[in-house]
Amino acid sequence: MNELRIENQSRRDFLKAGAGLTLALYLPAGAALAAVGKGGAEPFAPNAFVRIGADSSVTVVAKHLEMGQGTYTGLATLVAEELDADWAQVRVEGAPADVKRYANLGWGIQGTGGSSAIANSFEQMRQAGATARAMLVTAAAQRWNVAPETITVRQGVVSAGGALKASFGELAAAAAALPVPEKVALKSPRDFVYIGKRAPRKDSRAKITGQAIFTQDIRLSHMLVAVVAHPPRFGAKPKSFDAAAAKAVRGVADVVAIPSGVAVLAADFWSAKKGRDALKVDWDEAAAFRLGTAEILRQYQDLLDQPGASARKDGDAAAALAAAPKRLTADFSFPYLAHASMEPLNCVVRLGPDICEVWNGEQFQTVDQGSIAAVLGLKPEQVKLNMLYAGGSFGRRANPQSDYILEAVHIAKAIGGKAPVKLVWTREDDMRGGYYRPLYLHRLTAALDAAGKPVAWSHRVVGQSIMTGTAMEGGMVKDGVDRTSVEGAANLPYAIANIAVDLHSPRLGVPVQWWRSVGSTHTGFSTETFIDELAKAAGSDPVQFRRALLTAQPRHLAALDLAAAKAGWWSPLAPGKAGERRGRGVAVHESFNTVVAQVADVTVKADGSFRVDRVVCAVDCGIAVNPDVIRAQMEGGIGFGLTAALYGEITLKDGHVEQGNFPDYPLLKIGEMPVVEVHIVDSTANPTGVGEPAVPVIAPAVANALFAATGQRLRQLPLRLA
Amino acid sequence: MVTLNVNGVRRRVDVAADTPLLWALRDTLGLTGTKYGCGVGACGSCTVHINGVAVRACQTPVSAAVGKRIVTIEGLHSKTAKVVQAAWEKLDVVQCGYCQSGQIMSAVSLLVKNPKPSDADIDAALAGNLCRCATYQRIRAAIHEAARNLA
Ligand code: FES
Ligand code: FES
Repeated sequence: MNELRIENQSRRDFLKAGAGLTLALYLPAGAALAAVGKGGAEPFAPNAFVRIGADSSVTVVAKHLEMGQGTYTGLATLVAEELDADWAQVRVEGAPADVKRYANLGWGIQGTGGSSAIANSFEQMRQAGATARAMLVTAAAQRWNVAPETITVRQGVVSAGGALKASFGELAAAAAALPVPEKVALKSPRDFVYIGKRAPRKDSRAKITGQAIFTQDIRLSHMLVAVVAHPPRFGAKPKSFDAAAAKAVRGVADVVAIPSGVAVLAADFWSAKKGRDALKVDWDEAAAFRLGTAEILRQYQDLLDQPGASARKDGDAAAALAAAPKRLTADFSFPYLAHASMEPLNCVVRLGPDICEVWNGEQFQTVDQGSIAAVLGLKPEQVKLNMLYAGGSFGRRANPQSDYILEAVHIAKAIGGKAPVKLVWTREDDMRGGYYRPLYLHRLTAALDAAGKPVAWSHRVVGQSIMTGTAMEGGMVKDGVDRTSVEGAANLPYAIANIAVDLHSPRLGVPVQWWRSVGSTHTGFSTETFIDELAKAAGSDPVQFRRALLTAQPRHLAALDLAAAKAGWWSPLAPGKAGERRGRGVAVHESFNTVVAQVADVTVKADGSFRVDRVVCAVDCGIAVNPDVIRAQMEGGIGFGLTAALYGEITLKDGHVEQGNFPDYPLLKIGEMPVVEVHIVDSTANPTGVGEPAVPVIAPAVANALFAATGQRLRQLPLRLA
Repeated sequence: MVTLNVNGVRRRVDVAADTPLLWALRDTLGLTGTKYGCGVGACGSCTVHINGVAVRACQTPVSAAVGKRIVTIEGLHSKTAKVVQAAWEKLDVVQCGYCQSGQIMSAVSLLVKNPKPSDADIDAALAGNLCRCATYQRIRAAIHEAARNLA
């Protein structure tokens, strides 16, 4: 970490921030608004991340969105570690939008994604805790008239000798009067008391009692709920509408046109939805996207035969392919995917004079602040964002166009700001609303020498660019190559002398976006199933074959060896019942600087259906800050990736999205969840991400296991046996 | 105007009779622990107990709930419920948490009927409760843990 930005925060600023929230917010008694920055009257706020109250409560201000990945727990662990707080006295609250204090240090803007939360906060949050601790120690030393070196802090108690003891609360006011030290020495890892151990999640209690507040649960006084009629095809606009039938619905208060459709507003969701269903809208479809999946695939097929923009060139792959004695080639296909978070998209907006206040599962603060300000003619700092818990996101709530957020802002503006607006997307709005993981085709070609060693590898990717047209384009798209389209392919870890990776990024009217593990969602599959094909062609064991090509990749090797050993790779898989075929497959892949290896066992039944019985997962994510959160992210990532492997598919026909809800876009069910065993590679390196890297590994591991069981190579997702 | 018995309290609710119970609970009564996930009975996020049985509130018009005992996550106070929630907390089941009210309502209803469920019993009883974060392995473990603690 080269840059640290911890700015001092005066108590007065917190009080000011707190005052903004006194408007009526109706919440159930005891509701856990853990995620909304309440500010407070804590006497001691040494920096932007820590406040300590007279009651000894430690409030950690989390700059990252809690969307399930456990970041509130992880960030609090880092502070508690250096503060030597008692875990029970620590609470977490979401940071307001303020790029100066709360930027993601890996990005320079405020936002959550790329599995970067703990990686970019590792030093910053420990410094925040250590600074607070140093000031409490100085305050105690002055009070007791002892040398600071004689003072110990353990589990929230400051003490000296045996007799002198004080709580954080008792020292808070005195500590607040001290100068804030510039930089404080951090603990040596051998002194860690929380990092590396299990710390119970900070959001558990609220989420099992129904008290956790999501955007969907916000109700402001006089608030109206908006449900929007969206165009039936991407790129269409409302031309005219007849609101008579909608307005006749009991409870409907208003109907307004906005750029993305026509909004029906009512006091409650159900009335608004009934109004929306009764609304008649005429659409201007002049610019509408009208292709279907079949036509898109045909266009992409043509591109597969033509060279694209080069993303990697080692040696001369074409010449080596032509010269080699044995050549393999395979085409792969990946559908559009919807994020389908359990909480459909929604956003609450309240306009005031020179202010816009938003309540949202807020993932992209700096971008959203800028887009909202531009629509309303405000300054970004006049846009106040309250970050709530998100019921999932998987990337969707960090939208480069701020799409659903601006929709809510446009509605509030269209009614002249006369009432706060809660925009609610139905499940169907959410699933048909675009911003999908793009559809991709890949072609891989490789050559083996006479000894069965791969000597050439060529990989072509065809699919829409996620970054083109966004504010990130400048940094992420170079010479026609969007890094996110080829990540996981351009950095193929295997030692092969001649490698060529190239890319076509056709432009299409289907909105696309990053989706949990981004490029690796497809490159992980094609590279890891194709390397398996090469192993088979070479007559080699899949683990041994990979190992021989990974001698310069110690992290890959360690994860692969650990997964293989724990899975019992070297002993035969127990046979199935009569008529059943069983198979075991392996895959290893790096994403977001984390390496994950998985071994999957599958059983194929006599009727051709199959289940994934067990997955052994090994992960190298540097220092394991919260091992149990890491295990949970591996388990959940495997389940999420398995949904894509078994079911995930958004298709289009004449520009219409054919899926709308879970009956036609199924998610994995509890009975389909394999037994998952997670092993963490010992490491002293700084932590890397865990929210995404398990996702891309499971589909290739399962496809390789299905090959072992049936001899069928599956090169299309979702996986379907013939 | 209908009168509903929610969490042991009689509540007057002024909504159209076809309004799903889900929206009466959430928007009218402010009981937001019961979640909207699909609106078509396919995800289980809206699960509540009506006369002790787990049902989907998005598929139950308020008119069909009149005169019956409705319990939501906020009103879950039985011994079984406490033990289930303690197991959920001990195993840190939750991730985003959005589906978890529904999961817990289904788990409690299962354990009341079947104090010692097998994996297959759990899979069948919770097949209608989707979790996009795929917390399933821990849900299963937490139900077994709760069953042990209730025995
Ligand atoms: S919201 Fe009722 S089952 Fe999904
Ligand atoms: S915990 Fe996120 S949907 Fe279940």
